[in-house]
Amino acid sequence: MTARVGVVTFPGSLDDGDAARAVRIAGAEPVRLWHGEAELHGVDAVVLPGGFSYGDYLRCGAIARFAPVMEKLIDAAGGGLPVLGICNGFQILCEAHLLPGALTRNQHLHFRNRDQILRIEATGTAWTNTFQPGQEVLIPVKNGEGCYVADPATLDALEAEGRVVARYVGGNPNGSQRDIAAITNQAGNVVGIMPHPEHAVEALTGPSLDGLGFFTSVLKHLVGAPA
Amino acid sequence: MPRVVVDVMLKPEILDPQGQAVANALPRLGVNDVASVRIGRRIEIDFTGEPDLDRAREIADKLLANPVIEDFTVRLVETDEAAEARS
Repeated sequence: MTARVGVVTFPGSLDDGDAARAVRIAGAEPVRLWHGEAELHGVDAVVLPGGFSYGDYLRCGAIARFAPVMEKLIDAAGGGLPVLGICNGFQILCEAHLLPGALTRNQHLHFRNRDQILRIEATGTAWTNTFQPGQEVLIPVKNGEGCYVADPATLDALEAEGRVVARYVGGNPNGSQRDIAAITNQAGNVVGIMPHPEHAVEALTGPSLDGLGFFTSVLKHLVGAPA
Repeated sequence: MPRVVVDVMLKPEILDPQGQAVANALPRLGVNDVASVRIGRRIEIDFTGEPDLDRAREIADKLLANPVIEDFTVRLVETDEAAEARS
């Protein structure tokens, strides 16, 4: 049976269309979810896409975290549902306390938009199991508030527990502490990533096809997971 | 009726690039005696009944501030004082 991967649309989401397309190209069925509906429609995994939910009012992701769909999502993530938060989705996951730390204004204050090399360091997560440890991938980054911060104890714990999923290589685009581009929760089912794998799934529009690995990983994870 | 004011500031150890950018612009105004600038947010809350500081603290902790990176203070001000502060 084809896996069904939900993509949530918040008011101000920008990359929900591309995320749904990436899900389809990876071989799964994208299911569009609406922020105002407390319903996950029985999906097997969820992507929180990039954009500017609620206009980034107050703090990025702060208001989206209280959307009706998020109540269900937070419960389901606690039960092991794979969740990938991309860019604004990563910010929402931090605001929802599904991931530690916070994302703040880029240190240089400029919006950064470029193709970025990342090193994948954790390959045991639901979203990175098709990569090799240490593999370098090329994925677009585009953010104004992508500077990852956490207290030193949290950063040390992330490193010690192998929860730094990806780091920036060849220049840190936003000042993130310890060059962190992506992290995961303790169970490895929730991943937040600042760059955009959904923009690197087709030769016509992306700098590589490296982003596809995140979406094929979750399919592999779902096949391997007990039903 | 008194109003509840919540002040939200980045924690001292969190870099405030916005404040730095403002501080760096000050010499262009001929101001050279400012050591640092930090930018926060002031939120004014009017309750329908008596102002409730505990409730305001709860609102601040859950939504208005992100305790990972920000501190907040909650206080009561008379509304005419609030209006004066803005004028």
